[in-house]
Amino acid sequence: MASGKVPEGRWYTAEHEWIAGDGTVGITDHAQDALGDVVFLDLPEVGRHVERGTVFGVVESVKSVSDLFSPVTGTVVAVNEQLKDRPELVNQDPYGEGWLVRVDPEEPIAAGPVLLDAAGYRALPD
Amino acid sequence: MAVGTDWQQADRTPLIYDRSHPGRRGVRLPAPDVPAVDEAALLGPSLARTAPLGLPEVAENDVVRHYTALSQMNYGVDTGFYPLGSCTMKYNPKVNEWVAALPGFQRVHPLQPEETVPGLLELLAMMEEILGEISGMDAVTLQPAAGAQGELTGVLLMRALIRARGEERHTLIIPDSAHGTNPATAAMAGYRVAVVPSNVRGGVDLAALRGLVNGDTAGLMLTNPNTLGLFEDEILEIAEVVHQAGGLLYYDGANANAILGEVRPGDMGFDVVHLNLHKTFSTPHGGGGPGSGPVGVKAVLEPFLPGPRLRRAPSGELSWDGDRPQSIGKVRSYYGNVGIVLRALAYILSHGPEGLRDVAHTAVLNANYLRWRLADRFPTRYDRSVMHEFVLTLAGQKERGASALDVAKRLIDYGVYPPTVYFPLVVKEALMVEPTETESKETLDRFADALAAIDKEIDATPEALKTAPHHTPVGRLDEAEAARRPNIRWRAAGGAEGPPGR
Amino acid sequence: MRYIPHTADDRAAMLAALGLSDTGSLFEDIPAAARLGRPLRVPGPLTEMELQAAMRRDAAKNRSTEDLVCFLGGQFYDRFIPSAVGALAGRGEFATSYTPYQPELSQGTLAVIYEFQSMMAGLTGLAAAQASMYDGASAVAEAALLALDTTHRLTVVMDRGVFPESRQVAATYVTARGGRVVVPAADQSLDELLASLAEPPAAVVVQQPDVMGRVRDLRPLAAWAHERGALAIAAADPVALALIEPPGRMGFDVVVGEGQPLGNGLQYGGPTFGFFCVQEALVRRLPGRVVGATHDGSHKRGYVLTLQAREQHIRRERATSNICSNHSLNALQATIYLALLGPEGLREVARLSAAKAHYLVDRLTALPGFARMAPDAPYLFEVALTVPGSVADLNRYLLDRGILGGWDMGRWDPAWAGGWQLAVTEQRTRAELDQLVEAVSTWQ
Repeated sequence: MASGKVPEGRWYTAEHEWIAGDGTVGITDHAQDALGDVVFLDLPEVGRHVERGTVFGVVESVKSVSDLFSPVTGTVVAVNEQLKDRPELVNQDPYGEGWLVRVDPEEPIAAGPVLLDAAGYRALPD
Repeated sequence: MAVGTDWQQADRTPLIYDRSHPGRRGVRLPAPDVPAVDEAALLGPSLARTAPLGLPEVAENDVVRHYTALSQMNYGVDTGFYPLGSCTMKYNPKVNEWVAALPGFQRVHPLQPEETVPGLLELLAMMEEILGEISGMDAVTLQPAAGAQGELTGVLLMRALIRARGEERHTLIIPDSAHGTNPATAAMAGYRVAVVPSNVRGGVDLAALRGLVNGDTAGLMLTNPNTLGLFEDEILEIAEVVHQAGGLLYYDGANANAILGEVRPGDMGFDVVHLNLHKTFSTPHGGGGPGSGPVGVKAVLEPFLPGPRLRRAPSGELSWDGDRPQSIGKVRSYYGNVGIVLRALAYILSHGPEGLRDVAHTAVLNANYLRWRLADRFPTRYDRSVMHEFVLTLAGQKERGASALDVAKRLIDYGVYPPTVYFPLVVKEALMVEPTETESKETLDRFADALAAIDKEIDATPEALKTAPHHTPVGRLDEAEAARRPNIRWRAAGGAEGPPGR
Repeated sequence: MRYIPHTADDRAAMLAALGLSDTGSLFEDIPAAARLGRPLRVPGPLTEMELQAAMRRDAAKNRSTEDLVCFLGGQFYDRFIPSAVGALAGRGEFATSYTPYQPELSQGTLAVIYEFQSMMAGLTGLAAAQASMYDGASAVAEAALLALDTTHRLTVVMDRGVFPESRQVAATYVTARGGRVVVPAADQSLDELLASLAEPPAAVVVQQPDVMGRVRDLRPLAAWAHERGALAIAAADPVALALIEPPGRMGFDVVVGEGQPLGNGLQYGGPTFGFFCVQEALVRRLPGRVVGATHDGSHKRGYVLTLQAREQHIRRERATSNICSNHSLNALQATIYLALLGPEGLREVARLSAAKAHYLVDRLTALPGFARMAPDAPYLFEVALTVPGSVADLNRYLLDRGILGGWDMGRWDPAWAGGWQLAVTEQRTRAELDQLVEAVSTWQ
């Protein structure tokens, strides 16, 4: 089961991304803990079209590399520029200052086959 | 070390730049015996260098003391036990260095006419033949510079043969326990990778393999014994499955030390093999290389080997034949790492047939003995006898609060280079131990005693592990910081690229 | 059996512990049908005394640059190597260590690589270097792959003046990835080829100085590439860079090259090393190992392998390269060599070599039928001449007189048939140069 903090009022993917109602996307507390020290993020540029369930970026820790999967289909409208110099924000504050991108969704952000609510994410098998 | 050297007091590892002093020189060259030239006149202002060279200015004595000090901050097989799994850190015989340094081998230009290097060409031809015999292959190229380049050569050879048969296949099958170079190589050659899982005995899951092979399968890349130190005892069935699907078998020779003189990849059904001369045949690893990765093939693949190839004229003379219309092309310049090949040849000649078999038997005996010594505290995941190495799982230690990394770092305090950690990926908290045949029973016993002592410390004095190592020039380094804000070259204070103005 | 320490008693004790009577039973997992079942057919065993004698005999059959006067080049040069290089690089603590995975026990190797990266970045005029490649040719090939990956294009344009070994290895690598290497036709200039391209390439690759010895202003080429979103890649001679404005300062994105001239022996072509330097934006696309500075818990400066997520052991099939072993010990030799020489020493090596080359070429081209193949650009210490007659004949004639003449360039590329490539290093004396001129003047 997914450990770590899982705040209410957001939606979650089985790949451990979260999305808030305003389209902000990040990785979960569980994900940052499993990755260890995040050292670099390869994120899309503003204006890029992203598709639900497909790779939109890469997160590197000291000893691992993981793909980032988009929770929704839409267009990237903002990228967290702070992470270029301070990737550790993803570890320190995954639901706040460590956000990754903001997406203008082409579909409603709601629980469904891809997005889980907090309870659904907590119940995921490990 | 009893006597303090300057680095022990320093707050950091010294750099040669720290010793730089403008105007100081290490080496002087003779005055020109022809009219001097000047680059400004020769090249003109747009081509002559204006940028500083950024090199230090030091005396020869500075250089000698600096690199001697750095060497003392390093640990090699010459220093002590180096049980690094998958790396075969055996003793590197000194006579091999002597051989490679002979002027008739060392001071020879790669473009010299063949008739000026007959002795060298004979030895290279002998080495091709010997490696063919050891691996059970019909032809060998010495060109690949390292195991990974051997892999690239091998998968390109496989593709060339498949294409010559009028087929296109795009998938290589690779076990989940494989070395990272295998999938990286496959991708470099434009192949898709299909991962075959390990079965409950730590080997290739034959049923899963049957499900994976199809008309798109170019082949299987396999290490045998595998990275768990286990021999794939279903290898003949595995080979049959792949061959029946029209694929080929690639042998990653990283673990060939275990099988010398007992079984040959060619007799197990492999079509292509690379051997790591720097592992199996004792050439020094040099802090990361150079290695050498000769590739052997079955006769059907010979036409595709990189050129040039050694050819013997009816008169007996050897020369290089560059006329290779079906070749995959060259993979490195000239003839490969000849100096490494000569060292490995010296090693093989020192042993002979019985000696090589004894290498394998002793490497396997040492691994099994050491595994037995450790068994009560450090289990292996698979309860089988192993070949030349074994993988401990420290999942139990992790539950008691010490990770595989903590145990590895604490081993340094006991005077041992730590085994490979966190590989292969299929074992939790993995510690991969390869003692090699050149270590004595006392060394193995001392290592086992050290690990047992550390295991007790996990409960008694856990801080001793968390803060280890304690007696090295530096403690555990912040790798996250290094990767987040890379500082990968020296700059003088103020940001200049070299010592001021030079 | 020479390096196995076990006595019969040791073996017996170890076997007894395992409950075995012999080691054969440890091999029972090997299927009988695959077993060799006979001794390997390999020569030996030889004692060390016998081995030394045999190897000395074989080595003596070769004629080395100790007894032949060498004018061969082609990225491998008969340069002077100070004694301290071998004395220090041969230390067992360096030579017998593995890749520095445990930084606390590898600060020596790591600090050396950090110094090496700093020196190579400085020489090439770029932001960063990695820890070494196998050789110059594979460095060119990996640079081409970097360009394919960065630009998502498939064509690499390579000047015909890039050394053929590098062109060939790059073609193998690029073709393997599904791309193609395009080289100007024999009668076509690089500019003409570029002008004829329908689509912009991934990269343009040139050699500096090129195979004819030409030193050229590469700035327009870098500009051309960047206007089209392509990378500008140069393969350069590291000693020549002491005198030439480095490609990194001419706008090039990647500078690679063969490192042998820096303190590494000829060794019939290997092992030497390749260097690989990039501009800042490409640091995370470097192939192979990179060392970075950091600190430990008590703020003591130290060095670690860094940016490892690019590499095969972590990224597996998505790594920037499959390279694992590199040529660290050869890079160490280069680092010591560069430290011993310093900026003034390296410039002197290059100037001395150039002075001798110009002295020689002036005399040779005064002979009837000898001329520079590419007189349109300056050269330093390597140069291509045309000769009146067969290059092979000339070289045979010279070999009879103890001279390794220049390379018969037609054996590299039919476009260069009749070309004779001479390299002159700081080690050639005026007497040797005069000896060559004398021999050439009596030929035919």
